[in-house]
Amino acid sequence: MHFFEDIKIGERRELGSFTFTAEAIKTFAAKFDPQRFHLDEEEGRKSLFGGLAASGWHVGSVCMKLLVAHGQREASEMTARGEAVAVWGPSPGFRDLRWIKPVLAGDTISFASEVETLRASSSRPAWGILEARHSGTNQRGEAVFSMLATAFVPRRNSNT
Amino acid sequence: MRVDGLRLPQSTATIGPPLCRMSPAMNTLVFEDFKPGPLGRFGPRHVSAEEIRSFAAEFDPQPMHLDEAAASHSMLKGLAGSGWHLCSITMRMMFDGFIGRTASLGSPGVNELRWLAPFRPGDDITLDVEVTEARVSRSRPTAGIVMFKMVTRNASGQVLCEMISPIIVQRRGEAAT
Repeated sequence: MHFFEDIKIGERRELGSFTFTAEAIKTFAAKFDPQRFHLDEEEGRKSLFGGLAASGWHVGSVCMKLLVAHGQREASEMTARGEAVAVWGPSPGFRDLRWIKPVLAGDTISFASEVETLRASSSRPAWGILEARHSGTNQRGEAVFSMLATAFVPRRNSNT
Repeated sequence: MRVDGLRLPQSTATIGPPLCRMSPAMNTLVFEDFKPGPLGRFGPRHVSAEEIRSFAAEFDPQPMHLDEAAASHSMLKGLAGSGWHLCSITMRMMFDGFIGRTASLGSPGVNELRWLAPFRPGDDITLDVEVTEARVSRSRPTAGIVMFKMVTRNASGQVLCEMISPIIVQRRGEAAT
């Protein structure tokens, strides 16, 4: 994971893909979002989604999963090169999250993240604040998910 | 902003809202049942350390969500649940509270979400829901768009998360189920 100073606006990272199986969709939905169109194929077909659809919170959580995995890969590559690895802070939130199209059973979603804004934190001088647009695209090339996420990123040469 | 539900002392928190605005005869809630104003308080919902680790291991395996020692050095100053876990718990509390008996067609997204404080193992979470706006859909006249403000708190009343999100709800007489 990079330090604030080493990140540039417009940088894009491909995060990898995830296939939403019917089983994974139902398992998540049973715990957190047991609306009928997330639990049952027939109910999904009758709904606006047109099939068994993943909960939007499942899609967001999978995006997080791939972000973390990508960050861990990046960190181990940096460590291997002998570079200092930044430990990012927690996220204060996000805005403009859109579930653009349903994610249906069997869909494979590829996620990416692009840096949109960078600014210093006025309240925490050791940190910068980054906004990145995370997006998800299905196997047909259709955009299904988009959000503008905020993160605290440590500045170089600060002891945090 | 005036939110009646937020003035309730913690001891009045109950499972399920008063839902006094809604017709008790109606089994399924439709668009017309959602008027701007406080809707209710839901929970409390207890969250265990095991649940926090289990969700984090699957979806957000950062040390601040999994490892006590690493978490104590993080900005969160101790083991804290993933923000996505809190969102997912909020969804479940919405479902158990009223979405499960609402003619919901799903949600197009979240306008804004702020994680304001970490949630901890053992927290008892309450959810306050307010309708901020309700309008008929232009593209789908048989449905309306209800804008919800959702605020989660821990047992000491500290706000953990605030979010603004619309849900599409069928209008009266249009509910097929």
